[in-house]
Amino acid sequence: MSEALGAPNLVAISFFVAFILLSLGITAWAARRTRTTEHFYTGGRGVTALQNGLALAGDYMSAASFLGIVGLVAVSGFDGLIYSIGFLVGWPIVMFLIAEPLRNLGRYTFADVVAARLRQTPIRIASAIGSLAVIAFYLIAQMVGAGNLIRLLFGLPYEAAVVIVGAVMLAYVLFGGMIATTWVQIIKAVLLLGGATLLALIALSRYGFNPLALFSDAAAQYGAGALAPGRLVSDPLDAISLGLALMLGTAGLPHILMRFYTVPNARTARSSVAYATAFIGFFYLLTFVLGFGAMVIVGRTAITQIDAGGNMAAPLLALAVAGRPFLGFISAVAFATILAVVAGLTLSGAATLSHDLWVNVVRGAAATEREQFIVARGATVLLAAVSIVLGIAFKGQNVAYMVGLAFAIAASANFPALVLSIFWSRLTTAGAQASMVIGTVSALVLIYLSPAIQVDILKHSAAVFPLRNPGIVTIPLSFLVAVVVSLLRPVESEERRFMELERKLHLGAE
Amino acid sequence: MSTHLKDVSAARWRIATTLTAIMMVTYFGFILLVAFNKPLLGTILLPGLSLGIVLGAAVIVVAWLVTWYYVRWANTHYDSALERLRS
Repeated sequence: MSEALGAPNLVAISFFVAFILLSLGITAWAARRTRTTEHFYTGGRGVTALQNGLALAGDYMSAASFLGIVGLVAVSGFDGLIYSIGFLVGWPIVMFLIAEPLRNLGRYTFADVVAARLRQTPIRIASAIGSLAVIAFYLIAQMVGAGNLIRLLFGLPYEAAVVIVGAVMLAYVLFGGMIATTWVQIIKAVLLLGGATLLALIALSRYGFNPLALFSDAAAQYGAGALAPGRLVSDPLDAISLGLALMLGTAGLPHILMRFYTVPNARTARSSVAYATAFIGFFYLLTFVLGFGAMVIVGRTAITQIDAGGNMAAPLLALAVAGRPFLGFISAVAFATILAVVAGLTLSGAATLSHDLWVNVVRGAAATEREQFIVARGATVLLAAVSIVLGIAFKGQNVAYMVGLAFAIAASANFPALVLSIFWSRLTTAGAQASMVIGTVSALVLIYLSPAIQVDILKHSAAVFPLRNPGIVTIPLSFLVAVVVSLLRPVESEERRFMELERKLHLGAE
Repeated sequence: MSTHLKDVSAARWRIATTLTAIMMVTYFGFILLVAFNKPLLGTILLPGLSLGIVLGAAVIVVAWLVTWYYVRWANTHYDSALERLRS
């Protein structure tokens, strides 16, 4: 088996080239339609519910879902499924609390909603800090996944792989904006759902299409413990902390929230979440089969030998059940997945930097259309450069775990301020600002003090903060700060504007 | 008119918070079992099928059900109430 690894693979290269040409074609087509800032960020708001549902699923099912979770299940058994389940349950929360108000109250970014009745400048600066921290962690995880994948397939050095991914996604976003990114997400979502289903079916065919036969083989080979919670979540508080972060983080992810502005109205936003929840849930059920399939068919030792984080379990399973052409196909799907997610993240980062910071803070909303367009593209180039450097610096991390950290930051920095701005009339500018800043900073500091950085990377003997995910501390802290600061210094005019906004929240801009 | 908006708003948030609570109780029930009762989740129901896997899949199914219920409610009741408010 190992002879196929690290050697250039013709089928894989063909799939890669085909996907990249196809999506560059779409980008070129979309570029002709991207004439205004509105188009660059929202694709002209003409996206349908099914399209947006697929694009949401495409944006959401990143390298963490396909490579990371399958790897975690293959290496740690049941524990990996906690990620599958946690990544899904955030969607109903987005649906019930966030999606429709967001569509009705905002324009390009979720900060529009928080700032709707508060003072623009402090809110936009604070939300930009949180959003950029989330995007950075998310991007690092994708870059790590891409680097490993290219090294596995082509024998290219990790660093070169990261630079290639960075350059291609830059081309997508720069020229095509939201229309191209949306179509790339849709193609990628269809490919990923199809590829993962096919892989699961081929793996299951060895067990007479009976998942239970597969699971019991896993228990026979690795002990009944493979089917029960274990080592990964040995500390109860860590399990709860991870659970909180995964559930509430989805509703604070800037690149996901931005998708609700591509649809014409709240009703379409609602239907698109329903489609996304169906697709994503189906995919995560597949990870049950793929993870245990890789565990028994490829074997734990073979997986961890290739990559200590287990990230290559799904491609290795493809190789084991159907040979090199299928490895090529699955790797191309995984690569497409990463490319598309990176493009979506970069676009939302560009929106934050240029729309929130440049246009609304630096220029006081006086920027011309042409200037906004230039700044947005400059911001995209800057983000691409930063993510390439960070991707190289964080070589060797587990991708699902890294994304779990991005979720913890999103749940602490963005979610409390966003949900309180929609539901709580007494939230003030100072309260929202303090919540976003303290949420971001406390999450970053606790991640730095956690065992993952202190023990795994810096090789210290112990960590100051015992939990691997900071959510259980930082999410309540962020809510508490928002409430206490708002109550200490109430602002009557901001509370009054809440009443005025209520009509718009339900009915949208009329 | 504004009292009517208040009613629509109240109904919308009542449904939203109830369904959010159902989802959270389901999910955190699962997470608390993972945290505090690992042996129970390791109970083998059928060869290859542990209680943990069944409950994990059940959480995903509950997420689908509450989402479906909300969309059905909103498409019929919420949207028509908003339509009346607009006119």
